[in-house]
Parts: sequence; structure tokens; C-alpha cells
Amino acid sequence: MSAPRFRAALAVVVALAVTGLAGCGGDDPAGPQPGGSGGATTVSGNLTVLAAASLTESFTRIGRDFEAAHPGTTVTFSFAGSSALATQINQGAPADVFASAAPATMRTVTDAGNGAGSPTTFVRNQLVIAVPKGNPHGVTGLTDLTKPDAKVALCAEQVPCGAAATKALDAAGVTLTPVTLEQDVKAALAKVKLGEVDAALVYRTDVRAAAADVDGVEFPESSGAVNDYPIVVLKNAPNKPAARAFVDHVLSDTGRAVLTEAGFQVP
Amino acid sequence: MTLLDDVASPAPAAPPRRPRRTGRVPVALLLPAALGLLFLVLPLAGLLVRAPWSTLPQRLTEPGVLTALRLSVVTATAATLLCLALGVPLAWLLARVDFPGRRVVRALVTVPLVLPPVVGGVALLLVFGRRGLLGGWLDSTFGVTLPFTTTGVVLAEAFVAMPFLVIAVEGALRGADGRYEEAAATLGASRWTTFTHVTLPLVAPGIAAGAVLCWARALGEFGATITFAGNFPGRTQTMPLAVYLALETDLQAAIVLSLVLLTVSVVILASLRDRWISGP
Repeated sequence: MSAPRFRAALAVVVALAVTGLAGCGGDDPAGPQPGGSGGATTVSGNLTVLAAASLTESFTRIGRDFEAAHPGTTVTFSFAGSSALATQINQGAPADVFASAAPATMRTVTDAGNGAGSPTTFVRNQLVIAVPKGNPHGVTGLTDLTKPDAKVALCAEQVPCGAAATKALDAAGVTLTPVTLEQDVKAALAKVKLGEVDAALVYRTDVRAAAADVDGVEFPESSGAVNDYPIVVLKNAPNKPAARAFVDHVLSDTGRAVLTEAGFQVP
Repeated sequence: MTLLDDVASPAPAAPPRRPRRTGRVPVALLLPAALGLLFLVLPLAGLLVRAPWSTLPQRLTEPGVLTALRLSVVTATAATLLCLALGVPLAWLLARVDFPGRRVVRALVTVPLVLPPVVGGVALLLVFGRRGLLGGWLDSTFGVTLPFTTTGVVLAEAFVAMPFLVIAVEGALRGADGRYEEAAATLGASRWTTFTHVTLPLVAPGIAAGAVLCWARALGEFGATITFAGNFPGRTQTMPLAVYLALETDLQAAIVLSLVLLTVSVVILASLRDRWISGP
């Protein structure tokens, strides 16, 4: 096999591998419109937003509003644990916007030079105890979760909700042995919905989004572990104008209204 | 057995060989074949290239790594034993007994093979979970719950890996010479005696290969495990789960854990080389 042919073959394989890795995008490089100097009203094309799992409901709604306000745009979301998304970005996943559930996770992206400009904190979120509907075990606070027969799901410490849970438990001086450490907040919530655990520490917004299946128990120590959510346009965003417009939309009154309704606190 | 052998001597006494060199290899086949090979090998090479070789010894002896590795080996072995106990009789039934609906049963056995493992995990939760069809009864009668336990990991792994064993053993049984079993039967041996004294020794290599394959699949199980058994270090966090969570914060740790699994896989493959890799 001649050298150029080998190189061509290698290129194809690398391209295949990269596409496979990126996974969540499906965005062809339709890219920004010619000229590139258009304002927020002229954005178009595909936009890929990677967002913390806890933003699933509110961002899906904001995405629909954004598409309605900017005809010709299509917003694709990938919701997962913030740390998994940060890893994807730092490994070169093609995405336009990143919204993280913790500044520390955002820093792994901006420190790697993958943010365009500095992140903006757009909401805050607080932990609550999610219990099955009707609170059958009568949970009133963190100490109820330390009973020997209580099964509790926490997020893994690598993801923001897990870090916040550790912080809150430390603040309360409570030692808790969970039965599982889930990879994102929605997975922890799902274990409550399924009835496999008696309680989970999740965000207030997750409980509100799943109000049909779970109840939330507020606890005072959560105020010591409030998570700031930063959002940023990514440096290698294929569609920067739309990315900026999307971030503006999230920070706008319309966006904030959706987030507040979901249970987030607006700074 | 080199190419030179083929070309050099007419070797009149040698058994007839397949013709190997009948003209040029067409580029239309060679190019995609080479691409396919690269596609399979390049990611593994990438793992080796990016591995933190200088800090590898320290990282390998970190307690977290050993805990996950030990748990993985223990659960994969237990799952394989469970699969052997249930899967070999199942394979025998499929291969030796002509019963109505046999084809349907065989299809059902292979479902976990093609089912996404996460779906398997959800299905296990719905049956063996605390509120599951059987799990609820287990909980209320015996006070036993399976999710989030090491037993749960074993169940999840066995669910995903058993079809590999059943298919391998059934194939071995079908390939085995039935005349030995018939001879045993004509000599008055019961079906059970025939099974233990004739059939099992006859297909032992097939069972061994199936068990190794089953073990390897159980070792790599991720989706059903994290869904059904959750993730807790030392109890349900097996190597693949540790790789996944390490990737979120510590890429180097994820690479190290992946290297361990890659090594185990290669060793498995090498142990089976006579069966699979040796060509005709």
C-alpha cells in the first residue's frame, strides 16, 4: 500500500472514530451564515447545547421558545451529568453552548481554553430530599436518612449534585452510607420513582419536574450547598452567532421566567 | 506453516491444501479490509499511546483500582458458575430433546444477546426490584432485596452473559458424535448416566470455551449492572463502572482502568487461540 493511500485510509478511520466519539450532535457543518456579522435576529442553522441533567425540562422548553423566536434554527440538546459533558467538550465534541450545574465543572472546560469569554451564572439550585409520593417513611430531615434500614441514593461525587450532597451532609455533621452513587441527578431520582430507594438527595427542580411521582422534603443544611449554574459559549462552537443568541435568550426575562417556574433561583 | 512451504515442495504425501495464491488480491477488497483492521486496532493503540506509563505502577496499586478489579473478577466468576449450572442443562435440552416450541425457546434464550444491556437492567428491576413481580415477594417473605447488592451484580451479569454459554454449548452438543450416546443407551445407561458419563466429557472443550466467553462478557458488563445494581465502590462498582465514572473527572485513571480490562481481554483471547485464532 503506497504512503498517500495509507494516509488517506488513516484519515477516514480517524474521521470515523471522531464521529463515533462525538455521538451526540448530528450537526453537519451548516455553520454560521455568510457575512457572520448578523445580529441576534438573523441567526439560523443548527445549535448544539450540552446541559446539566437537572436542566432537562427547563432547557427543553427554552429551546422550543428559542426556535420559535428564531425561525430557521434547530436546537439539539444533550443532557447528562455535567462532568461527563465537560469531558466530552475537552475531548473535542462539537458543541456550541455548555451549561453546567457547578462552577468547578465549568472551570475544567474554561481552564482547558475551551470557553469563548467568561461564563455567566444564570441560576442557582438547592438540594432537597426526594421521597416517594406521600412520604411513606415520614422523612423530615437528613438524620432520618441515617437509619440502618433506610436506602438512600446519592449522586457520585464526581458530578455536581454529588459534590453538593457531600457538602450539605458535612455541614449537617451527618454520616450517611448510600446504597448507590448515581452518574447524574436524574438517575438518582429514577431510583426513587421506581421505589428502589427510600430517598435521594436531588435538586429542588428535579422534584418539581417529577411532582407526580415524588415529594420533596426541604432541609436547612441545603442552604450551605447552593449550586451556581454557569453557562458559556464554547470556543470551537460551529455556530457562534446562534450560541450567543441562545445564551442571551436564557438570560432574558422570558428565559428566567421558565427557569423560575421550574424551581430555580435567579441570581 | 509458511508461504514458502506452499510454494516450494510438491509434498506428495501431504494432505491436499486449499489453493492460496490464485492471482492478485483485488484492491476493492484489500482497501476496505485494511480500513476495517485499522478501525478495530487504532482505538486500542490510542489507549496504549495515551497511557500514563510513568505513573502506571502507582495508579494500578491504588486501592480503588484493586477493589473494582477484585469485585469484577469475583462477580464475573460467580455469574459464570450460575450460567454453567443453568445454561448447560438448557443447552442440552435445546440440542437433545425434541419438544414443541423448541425454536421459540431458542429464540427467547438469545434475546438478551441482542437486547441493549440497559434494557435488560430495566427489565431486571421490574422483576427483581423491591416493587418488582418477584422482588416484592422476596422482600416481604425473606426480607431479601437484590438491587444495589453484589448478588444483583451477579444476576445482571448472568442475564447478559448466559446466552453466550448456551449457544456455545448447544453448538458443541450438535457437533458431537451422537453414536457414543446411542451406544451408551443400548448398553442400558439411563439418560442421566449418559449425560454425565458420555455427553459431558465429549463436549467439555465446548463448555470450557463457552464459559470463558461468558466470563469475558460478564466482566465487561456495564449497562445492566449500573441500571439494576447501581454503583457503589466495593459492593457494586465493577471495573467498567469505575472506568465510566473516572472518565468524568480523571481521564488518566480511566485510561489505566481501561488498560487493565484490555489486558484481561487479550489474555482471554490468547487462552482461546487454538479454538478461534488458529486458521484452517
